Amino acid sequence: MADKLDTLNEIWVFIEQARQEINMSSWELLGEARRLASDIKAKVAGVLLGSGVESLQEEIFNRGADKLYMIDDEILKDYRTQTYASGLFEIAKKYMPEIILMGATVTGRDLASAVATHLQTGLTADCTQLEIEAETRLLKQTRPAWGGNVMATILCKDHRPQMATVRPRVFEEAIPSNGSKGELIKETISMKEADVKTKIIDYLPSEQEDVVELENAEVIVAGGRGLASQRNFDMLSQLAEMLGGEVGASRPVIEMGWMPFPHQVGQTGKTVRPKLYFAAGISGAVQHLAGMQHSNVIVAINKDKDAAIFNVATYGIVGDLFELLPEIIKAVSEYKSTKK
Amino acid sequence: MPDIKDMNKFDAIIVGAGPAGTSCAHTVAKAGLKVALVDRGTFPGAKNVMGGVLYRHAVENAIPDFWKEAPLERHIIEQQYWLLSDDSNISIGHRSEKFAQEPYNRFTVLRAKFDSWFAGQADSAGAYIISKTVVDDVITENGRVVGIKTDRPDGNLYANVIVLCDGVNSLLAQKLGMRGEFDNRHLALAVKEIISMPREKIEDRFNLDGDEGATIDIYGEVAQGMEGTGFIYTNKDSLSVGIGVILADLVKTRVRPYDLLEQMKNHPVIKRMISGGEPREYMAHMIPEGGYKAMPKIYGDGVLVAGDAAMMVNGFHREGSNLAMTSGRLAGKTIIEATEKGDYSKNALSRYKDLLEDSFVLKDLKKYKNLPAHISNYSEFFSTYPEILNKAADEFLTIDGVSKKEKQRKIRKILTEKKSLWNIIKDTYKSWRAFG
Amino acid sequence: MIECNIDILKKDIANKRLDMHIVVCIKQVPDTTQARIDPKTNTLIREGMPTIVNPYDLHALEEGVRIKEEYGGKVTVLTMGPPQAKDAIREGISHGCDEGILLTDRAFAGSDTLATSYVLSEAIKRVDLDEKVDLVICGKQSIDGDTAQVGPGIAQRLDLSQLTYVIKVRSIDLKKNSMIVERQLEDGRQIVEARMPALMTVVKEINETRYSSLSNLIKAAKYEPAVWNQEVLGLDTTKIGLKGSPTTVRKIFAPPPREAGEIINNEGESSKEVAEKLLKLLIEKEVI
Repeated sequence: MADKLDTLNEIWVFIEQARQEINMSSWELLGEARRLASDIKAKVAGVLLGSGVESLQEEIFNRGADKLYMIDDEILKDYRTQTYASGLFEIAKKYMPEIILMGATVTGRDLASAVATHLQTGLTADCTQLEIEAETRLLKQTRPAWGGNVMATILCKDHRPQMATVRPRVFEEAIPSNGSKGELIKETISMKEADVKTKIIDYLPSEQEDVVELENAEVIVAGGRGLASQRNFDMLSQLAEMLGGEVGASRPVIEMGWMPFPHQVGQTGKTVRPKLYFAAGISGAVQHLAGMQHSNVIVAINKDKDAAIFNVATYGIVGDLFELLPEIIKAVSEYKSTKK
Repeated sequence: MPDIKDMNKFDAIIVGAGPAGTSCAHTVAKAGLKVALVDRGTFPGAKNVMGGVLYRHAVENAIPDFWKEAPLERHIIEQQYWLLSDDSNISIGHRSEKFAQEPYNRFTVLRAKFDSWFAGQADSAGAYIISKTVVDDVITENGRVVGIKTDRPDGNLYANVIVLCDGVNSLLAQKLGMRGEFDNRHLALAVKEIISMPREKIEDRFNLDGDEGATIDIYGEVAQGMEGTGFIYTNKDSLSVGIGVILADLVKTRVRPYDLLEQMKNHPVIKRMISGGEPREYMAHMIPEGGYKAMPKIYGDGVLVAGDAAMMVNGFHREGSNLAMTSGRLAGKTIIEATEKGDYSKNALSRYKDLLEDSFVLKDLKKYKNLPAHISNYSEFFSTYPEILNKAADEFLTIDGVSKKEKQRKIRKILTEKKSLWNIIKDTYKSWRAFG
Repeated sequence: MIECNIDILKKDIANKRLDMHIVVCIKQVPDTTQARIDPKTNTLIREGMPTIVNPYDLHALEEGVRIKEEYGGKVTVLTMGPPQAKDAIREGISHGCDEGILLTDRAFAGSDTLATSYVLSEAIKRVDLDEKVDLVICGKQSIDGDTAQVGPGIAQRLDLSQLTYVIKVRSIDLKKNSMIVERQLEDGRQIVEARMPALMTVVKEINETRYSSLSNLIKAAKYEPAVWNQEVLGLDTTKIGLKGSPTTVRKIFAPPPREAGEIINNEGESSKEVAEKLLKLLIEKEVI
C-alpha cells in the first residue's frame, strides 16, 4: 500500500476545545509532538474544529505549532462524533499527515476511534510513552495494558497516519512563547445539519462527587499492624480527610477486624494507584506491595529500618509513628489553613 | 412438588463443585439423568483449596486416561519426609522410576485449574453447572429432603436426591441434623502459599526432569509444638508451600496461621528450598481430620453426604481428594440405582454406605479410626521427637574426635533427656497399635 | 439498517407496542487482577488465568435487558473469541438475553481493534438481515485492552449514531426512532438526542447488574449458541486477524520495578522537623 505511506511530514495534534476553552492535554501533546518532530524533522500542526474558535489560534501558535488546520463552522459548535469525525477525516485524508495525536480524554477517545475506522488505519489508545524508532522512523507507542500489569509497545507499520491517544498528565505542557507565528490553513466541512443524527440537548456540569472509592482516590492513608490498635486509625482518618483521601489497610488489620474489608489494599484486596500513598506501620509484605506499588508518591513510616516497605517508598521515615503522625497531621493542617 | 419435566425439577442436585460434587455430577450425568451441580464460586473450582496432590485411581474411575488432557502440574516421582528441629533436618525419601512412567501414580495440581476442567467434563456429560449461587437451605417435605433453596430470585430447585458436597463446614448437613457441632480437635486449619519459581530452578533444586514432581511432608519444629505438619509440593512453575495444624491448638496457642506459615518459610532448611521464589497467592482451608469416628450420618431420606462434608479425609496419609472423588462417584452410583427403582428413601440410599464399606474409603478410615485421638494425646510426635532425633543425628554425624562409644552414650542421653526411655517405648507401642 | 421494515410498520399501524431488537456485544477477558508476567521471557503468563465477562459488558447486558423489559422486544448477545467464549454467551443468557451468537475462527485470532470491529459489524449486519437491529450496546472498554475503540469502530462501519460513555438512557421513542441519553464527560453530562439505530457504550454507573434468576441460570447452563465462523460469515480475509490489523505489538514488558527512594530523617531529628521536611517534599511533588 505504497500510496498510503506517501505522507506529508507533519505531526498533527488535535486541539480539543469545549465552549472555546482548550483542554490542557492539547498543550501536553504540542510539547510532546515538538520533541518527536525534531527526530524526523517534521512540522508540528494543530487541528482545531469548532464554532467561533478562530481567536484561539494565537495561543496555539504560542504553544509551538508551526501550522494550524482549522474548520470553523456552526455545525461544530458542540462536540458531536459524527460532525467532528467527518471534519477531521476529510482533512486528514486530504493532507495525510505522518502522525495524529489526540488526548486520551472522553472526547479524544471517542473521536480518534471513529476517525481511525474511516481512515482504516491503526490507533493505539492511552499511550504513556512515545518515541521515534531511529531506523524505521516509526512511532513507537507504549501503553499500559492488562490493568497496568504489563506495558506494550505498539507500531503501525504500513498504514498512515499513525494515530495515538495519549494519557493526560503524562507529558509536560509546551511552554508558551508570546508572539509566535504560524501558518493558518482554513478548511471547510461538507456535512449539513440535516445529515447529522444527533442533537445536543443540554449540558449539566458535575456536582461534587459524593462517593469516593479506594481505587479512584487520589490520596490513600493506609495503616498496618504497627498501628497497634483500632483506635489509632482515627489518626489516619483525620489525615485522610485533610488530604481529601481515603483510609486503606493491610491484610493483618482486616484480619484483626480493625477495619472492614473494603479498605484492604493488596493482592487479596484492592489494587490502587493514587498520587500519594501513606503507609504507616506497614511492613510491606509482597501481597501488600502488589496492590500499591504503582502509586505515584509513596511515604512510608516504620520503626524497622529494614522493613520491605522502604524498598518501594519515595520517602521513608524510620521512627515511631505515634510521635510522627501527630506532627505530620499538625504540619498538614497548618499548611492547608494557610492555603485557604 | 414439580414434575421432572418441569424446568426446575432434577433427578439429582449436587451442592458444591469440589472433587466429591463434581465426581458425583459427572457419574449421574453420564448415566443420562438430569443433574444440577450448584456452586458458590465464580466458576467451579474458584473457591476450592487443598494441598494439591491428586491420585490417579480416583479420577481414572470417572475419566479413563484423564492425565493425557487434564491440566495437571507434575507427576510425582519422589516423596520425602522431613523431621525438622530448629536448625537441622532428617529426611527420608522414596523415589521410583516406576512413578516416572505413564500412566503415573499421583500428580500435583492447582485446584482451581483442575476443578474447572473437571467441571467442564461434567458439563460435557450433560450436567447443569450452576455457579455463583449460594445454597441457603434444603427444602424438606414430611421429613424427606426434596429440594434446595438458593439465594437467587425464584431460587428453589427440586430433585429426587440432594447430595451435600458443601465442604467441611457443611451447614446443610448440620441443618438437617446429620451432624452436630464440630469438635475443633477434629479440624485442621491449613494455610498455603503458591510461590512462583522458574521451571528450571524447580527442576534443578528438586532433581527433576521435565514434568516430574516431588513432594515433601514436614514434621517437627515448623508446627511450633502444635499438632501439625508442613508440606512443599512442586508445580510446573511454582511451589505450594503450606502447613496444617489442629484448630484447637491454634486456639490454645493463639498463633496466627499466617505467622505460622511465615515462620516455616523462614526456617533455614526450608528457606533454601523456596529462595528466589515470589509468593503469588495465599489461601487458608479447614480440613476435617476427625476420621471414621467423627463421621456424620451420610444418608437420609432423599439426601446423601460426600467428601469433606462427610469427613472423608485420611489425615495420616494426607489423602482427601481421592476419598472425596470416590465417595462422590459412589453417591452417583447410588442415585442411578435408586432412580431405576424409583425409591429415594433412606433405606434405598443406605446402599451408599455399603458401596463405601466395600471401597478403600471406609476401609482406610476404619483402619486409622483411633489415630486422631492417639495423636492428640501425643503431641510430642510433632515436637519432641523430631528435636531429639535431630540432636542425636547431629551428634552421630559430627566428626569431632569423640569416640564412638562416647557418642552412643551422648545420644542415649539426648534421647532420654526429654522423655524417659520407658515413655518412648510406650509411645511407640501405642502408635503401632493406632497405625496398625 | 435505516430503511423501515414492513413488519414494524404493520405493527405500528395496529397501534401495538413496538418491539425493539437490541444486540449486546461482550468480550471474555482474563481476570487481569491475576495477570503475571514471566520475568525472563517478558511475556504474559496466560496459563491458569481465569476468564470472566468484561465487567463493563455486564452493565451493557443489564441495560439491554432493562430496555427490553421496558419497551418490549428481544436481546441478542454477541461475542468474538475462542470456542471457550461460549461461557460468556451463556452468562449473557443467564442475565436475560434471548439469543446468543459466538463468532469464532482461528482466522479471527490476533485481530486488533480495527479488525475486531470489522468482524463484529459484519456479524451484526447478518443479524440485522434476519431481524432489524435498533440498538447495539457495548461496555465502555475492556479491562484487558482498555482501548474503548471497538464500540465506536462498529458504529462507524454500520453508520449508527455513536453514543459513548452513556450513563443514563433517558427515553426511547420507537415511533420516532430516536432516543435521549446522558453521556458522562470528565466535567459533566452531555444530554444527546440520537436517531436510531444507534450504538452506545456504557459506563458502570449506568445501572446495578441484577442477580440472575435460577431459571435463567438453568436455561443458560445448557444453552448452545449459534456458532459463526469464517465460512459462515465469508469475510474479506485481508481485513481480519493479524493480516487485517494495522497495529502490531513490538514488545510486551513488565513495568520497570519501582526504585526505592530515600530515608528522609536523620538520627536525632525531632518528629516536628521530620514532619515539616516531609510536607515540603510533598508540596514540591504537588501531591497535596
